[in-house]
Amino acid sequence: LAPWVPVVGLEIHAQISSNSKLFSGSQVQFAAPPNSLVSFFDASLPGTLPVLNRRCVEAAVMTGLALNCSINKKSLFDRKHYFYADLPAGYQITQQRVPIAVNGSLSYSLCIDNKMSQMVTKTVRIKQIQLEQDSGKSLHDDTRSQTLVDLNRAGVGLMEVVMEPDMCCGEEAAAAVRELQLILQTLGSSQAVMAEGQLRVDANVSVHHPGEPYGVRTEVKNINSIRFLAKAIDYEIQRQIEELENGGTILNETRAFDSKLGCTVPMRDKEGKQDYRFMPEPNLPPLILYDAKSLPANMNHQQVINIDWIHERLPDLPSVKRKKLVEQYGILPEHSFTLLNEDGLAEFFESVVKETLMKPKKVIGWILKDLLSYLKQHSLTVKESPVSSFLLADLLNLLEKKEISSTAAKQVLAELWKGEGKTPLEIVKEQKLELLQDQKELEQICQAVIDGHENEVIMMVLG
Amino acid sequence: AALNDGLHSQVSAALKEGRVAPTELCQRCLALIKSTKFLNAYITVAEETALKQAEESEERYKRGQPLGILDGIPIAVKDNFNTAGIETTCASNMLKGYISPYNATVVQKLLEQGAVLLGKTNLDEFAMGSGSTDGVFGPVRNPWSYSKQYKEKSVPKSHSEDEESNWVITGGSSGGSAAAVSSFTCFAALGSDTGGSTRNPAAHCGVVGLKPTYGLISRHGLIPLVNSMDVPGILTRCVDDAAVLLGSLAGHDPKDSTTIQDDFKPFELPNLTDVSKLSIGIPKEYHAPGLSSEILALWSKAADLFKNAGAKVVEVSLPHTPYSIVCYHVLCTAEVASNMARFDGLEYGHRSDVKDSTESMYAATRREGFNDVVRGRILSGNYFLLKQNYEKYFVKAQKVRRLIAKDFVKVFRSGVDILLTPTTLSDAAPYTEFIQEDNRTRSAQDDILTQAANMAGLPAISVPTALSERGLPVGLQFIGRSFQEKQLLTVAKWFEKQVQFPVIQLEEVKRHDSDVFQHQKSASFS
Repeated sequence: LAPWVPVVGLEIHAQISSNSKLFSGSQVQFAAPPNSLVSFFDASLPGTLPVLNRRCVEAAVMTGLALNCSINKKSLFDRKHYFYADLPAGYQITQQRVPIAVNGSLSYSLCIDNKMSQMVTKTVRIKQIQLEQDSGKSLHDDTRSQTLVDLNRAGVGLMEVVMEPDMCCGEEAAAAVRELQLILQTLGSSQAVMAEGQLRVDANVSVHHPGEPYGVRTEVKNINSIRFLAKAIDYEIQRQIEELENGGTILNETRAFDSKLGCTVPMRDKEGKQDYRFMPEPNLPPLILYDAKSLPANMNHQQVINIDWIHERLPDLPSVKRKKLVEQYGILPEHSFTLLNEDGLAEFFESVVKETLMKPKKVIGWILKDLLSYLKQHSLTVKESPVSSFLLADLLNLLEKKEISSTAAKQVLAELWKGEGKTPLEIVKEQKLELLQDQKELEQICQAVIDGHENEVIMMVLG
Repeated sequence: AALNDGLHSQVSAALKEGRVAPTELCQRCLALIKSTKFLNAYITVAEETALKQAEESEERYKRGQPLGILDGIPIAVKDNFNTAGIETTCASNMLKGYISPYNATVVQKLLEQGAVLLGKTNLDEFAMGSGSTDGVFGPVRNPWSYSKQYKEKSVPKSHSEDEESNWVITGGSSGGSAAAVSSFTCFAALGSDTGGSTRNPAAHCGVVGLKPTYGLISRHGLIPLVNSMDVPGILTRCVDDAAVLLGSLAGHDPKDSTTIQDDFKPFELPNLTDVSKLSIGIPKEYHAPGLSSEILALWSKAADLFKNAGAKVVEVSLPHTPYSIVCYHVLCTAEVASNMARFDGLEYGHRSDVKDSTESMYAATRREGFNDVVRGRILSGNYFLLKQNYEKYFVKAQKVRRLIAKDFVKVFRSGVDILLTPTTLSDAAPYTEFIQEDNRTRSAQDDILTQAANMAGLPAISVPTALSERGLPVGLQFIGRSFQEKQLLTVAKWFEKQVQFPVIQLEEVKRHDSDVFQHQKSASFS
């Protein structure tokens, strides 16, 4: 049988982390009472007009720069029309013709064969980033035959990041999204928590034989975690392969991932071939951005956005942070991945290193094996750790100064984990875990043991 | 005696000097509204709130602290502007009973300056039309239908025919506002202008109709027809009053991203005496098919007026004028289709009882809520916006629009200061005649002289010029350069002074005779 080449592209919607919405002043907040964060504009009251939120533009520029995109100094807004209960105006304001950023790339790493020690770096091209409005939420109440509409989310700013079909499987897609998530969180442009709907991923999947044109693609939606993303994509790839090998065809359709069944199903709401009747948004002038070169001399800096200014102030991206950790502390690359993968863990590690005599190369073992496994076992985040970096540093100092053995240290850690407020030293004293340092004392104890067991000693001396 | 320099106060001075009280002024206007109810100019009369506003104004005058020249002045607002607490219907079933929670910026500005809001005026549904005949509350009647001047000239065709069937339209779509100003029920009114909707009824009703430059006055709260062409319009009885209104409304609004950022400086209109430095352009394409010989003659007479006064009068060409109607039709319907998409019955306005599904509820709501005109434009607009048609129609029309705008730029660059054109093809038609043709046909015919200014975003003003043979008003239009309202209004004022347009002689107004209305050529407030 001829091999199949799966092709995976992604459309990612990241909610912008901002105080207010993209075009109106109402607040952005998760899980607020229904319809409590809705301005006149969000409710599409007639006569209201959009006013662009500066912070949202900055977030998109930051993200574009972090993803190596060209930032379009002039971008445009458009209306995308369709009727749906959660879209009050009957259209979404988006950027279809000229988005804010284009032609970027994202590098991500994968472990080969699940071996952390063998990591490979891949790149996916970023087609574009566009600013657009989020829709409200509609909940279908089938028992009462009604739809409940909550417009709190309507109008929240989104960055749509389009990743070209350069990926080949669920694992790659998951790794790419994970890296994007870390980048967004580092920038602060989006909190990117999938569980709270701040990061939504749709996958475009198709398969073909090498050398042949790309196959028909399906769009997979309703994916709620990175883990499910990989599962959904792999399932869909398999499904398409089986379908084609059985002589069937793939429909260009939208499918939903059913996490309970672990499969994709055609979506009930078949939109069919929608014509969105795109039209320029007449109430928003073109979005003009400046850089150091093009910034007019007497321009009020509050009125404009300077791309270069933003670029200079970008924080270290995850890839840079990892490199620095490896260089500074001599840890392995895969260690740096784990450190960054866990929110707050890298900071914890650096804090411990600062407070302890122990070398970072040794500290990392304690962090990644002992501390992290405790956290995972108890489903705690680094922030929630009952063992602070200071406590751990204290403990490691005791170990480093040879006041306790490493076995004893593990025992102390277990005790510290109970979070009873005792210091490592107190626990060591309590449980008499001190290592004897005094040579004479040691001799006395040994002598006492020998003296106390004359018969055994004679037996040993006689062989 | 005028207390403030440059304000030709009549009513304003009267208020300030205590010769008339704001409450009295308000009551008289309200009474006149009642006795001219047959005009159907008002959809909602906000009697209680108006009187309250008048009382508050009176208090301020008593304390010697009026908010400005507009304090206590009764005004009316077209019913497509949002007014908090007062119904805003757009003359449509879709918004019957809709009470907006906010004021349009222009309304807010007027109220903050102490103006007294008498009510909301009638219009064509959603401002679509050129007659003010196609709203759900019925057509507006032109006050001149009942004027001595018109009655004297009209020859009844038979015994049975009476005033009732002879009445003429106001033009549209801001007919209610024009009628309200024309019949003295208010001192100024807001209209809107997308293709001529302020200037057209102004011309037919014998009042001043100003269309400001696009981007000068905020559209926040004006329920849009065509976002890229709409402007709030100003209707008054004299050019000076229009300048005062403009001064109180213009300027950047952070809520409207299409308003210009530059500071607007309200200006005093100079009394121009020397027009020798002026260059008036006469665009030959405005000698449009269907232009009545009467109006043609009047236009020519006006040109001569300027020439004889020493101005330079030149024929110019705006070659793309003939294409503007089709271009306007495509762009207007496309935007309408988009702007009307929000009316689904879900959040506000009319909602159908049909409950089978969201889609069926939407469809029924929109069928029940919109009239044929609106639905027709939505269907056309959606057609033009389809992917396969977008380039052919929408993009093409945008290109033609740019050509039309460039025509004006070229002419103004050649040294012409102001363009002089007719506003309408003829005087106001009798209602029975007007409704013989459908809305679309009428709009296409009537907009031809006015909508190019909307396409190009230019300021334009219709000034009442003379009475037709039928005793009905005819206005002429001046079109100026972008943001050069001062020059435009200065010339308009000079022209107004020259032509001395007669005051309407209405029985009802005579009956409510007051000092305020007496002794004036055209009762103004400034």
